[in-house]
Amino acid sequence: MNFAAICVTLGLAVAAWPARADGLAPYEIVGDAIPAPLAGALGDAARGRAIVLDRQTGLCLLCHSGPFPEARFQGGLAPDLGGTGSRWSESQLRLRIVDARRLNPDTIMPPYYVVDGLTGVAKSYVGKPILGAAEIEDVVAFLATLKDKSK
Amino acid sequence: MWIGGALADEIPRDQRRSGYETMRPETRAMQDSDADNPATLWVLDGEALWNKREGAAGKSCADCHAGAAPMKAVAARFPRFDAARATPVDLEQQINICRRDRQNAPPLAAESHDLLALEAFVAKQSRGDTIEPNREPGAKESIEAGRKLFNERRGQLNLSCAQCHDDNWGKSLGGANIPQGHPNGYPLYRLEWQSLGSMGRRLRNCLSGMRAELWPRDAREYVDIEMYLMSRAAGLKMESPAVRP
Repeated sequence: MNFAAICVTLGLAVAAWPARADGLAPYEIVGDAIPAPLAGALGDAARGRAIVLDRQTGLCLLCHSGPFPEARFQGGLAPDLGGTGSRWSESQLRLRIVDARRLNPDTIMPPYYVVDGLTGVAKSYVGKPILGAAEIEDVVAFLATLKDKSK
Repeated sequence: MWIGGALADEIPRDQRRSGYETMRPETRAMQDSDADNPATLWVLDGEALWNKREGAAGKSCADCHAGAAPMKAVAARFPRFDAARATPVDLEQQINICRRDRQNAPPLAAESHDLLALEAFVAKQSRGDTIEPNREPGAKESIEAGRKLFNERRGQLNLSCAQCHDDNWGKSLGGANIPQGHPNGYPLYRLEWQSLGSMGRRLRNCLSGMRAELWPRDAREYVDIEMYLMSRAAGLKMESPAVRP
């Protein structure tokens, strides 16, 4: 019995990408973007909006402001999210969330889909990215809808 | 650039400001009036503890220090560097060293009411005194260790202290003003805490926010950072016990 047959017998899917040692979904960077959705599926903009506004999940509004009238306390140390979908493609947004250090090593933007190479991570967060692959796709889908710069 | 290992730019000397200056007028007024400053309750308890005979030696702080007057400006010079033990010592550690060596009394627990009260009473004697650079032998090494920690990215959010407090002070973090992060008011009454708290408590708050592992309570890292922050705050006036939002 060959390897594929064993997998079929055991009911395992054979991944198209080689598995990564850090457990994250593999992705390919092309230029300043990640063209393909993480884990293969596009996200849901409504779920993405909820993540962006949640101070424990997305954390976005600690640093960013945006067209969210119900969010009373917003950040002021990163660009306003209004018009993000006009400035960047979904592929560009994906890389900027996954690991903005690839574009600017000095950036204050946390790398959202990274678990290795960080210093002094609290035990409860070790091995976990800030957002999962599906959550990042949700956020990308939502940010892409923010076409208008006005609030 | 970080990638080259160099450090972010420090705030120019002439732009260094106490957090007091960016507070709302009501909060400033609360700090300025002993009758309104909630930390006064700790100061009064601290004065009573200062004069109380403690431990097997049956001595009070006042017995050795001849009252409280010799404590003037002392907090503006802490942490000191203990050359014999080759370690920096902050004010709360010094209080417990005195309890052990002079009073033969058990140490007061970190962040306990009595320790904060004694610290607040001692620190208050330095109100208005100018922070001067620590020139003790050995202090430089501690200051540099603290500077390195301050500039090092930590935690799941991969942030350094410097990214907020050197590079983005005055801006809004989730609606709250980011201060320059000076240590000139500790121990201080934080409205958010509804309590007096130490510098260590403040540092642990920030580390938790960065999703970074906390160092143990008695770790040298906290004192090295405090040592660096005091050198960074040289020229500012002591406000202990301050009030902060």
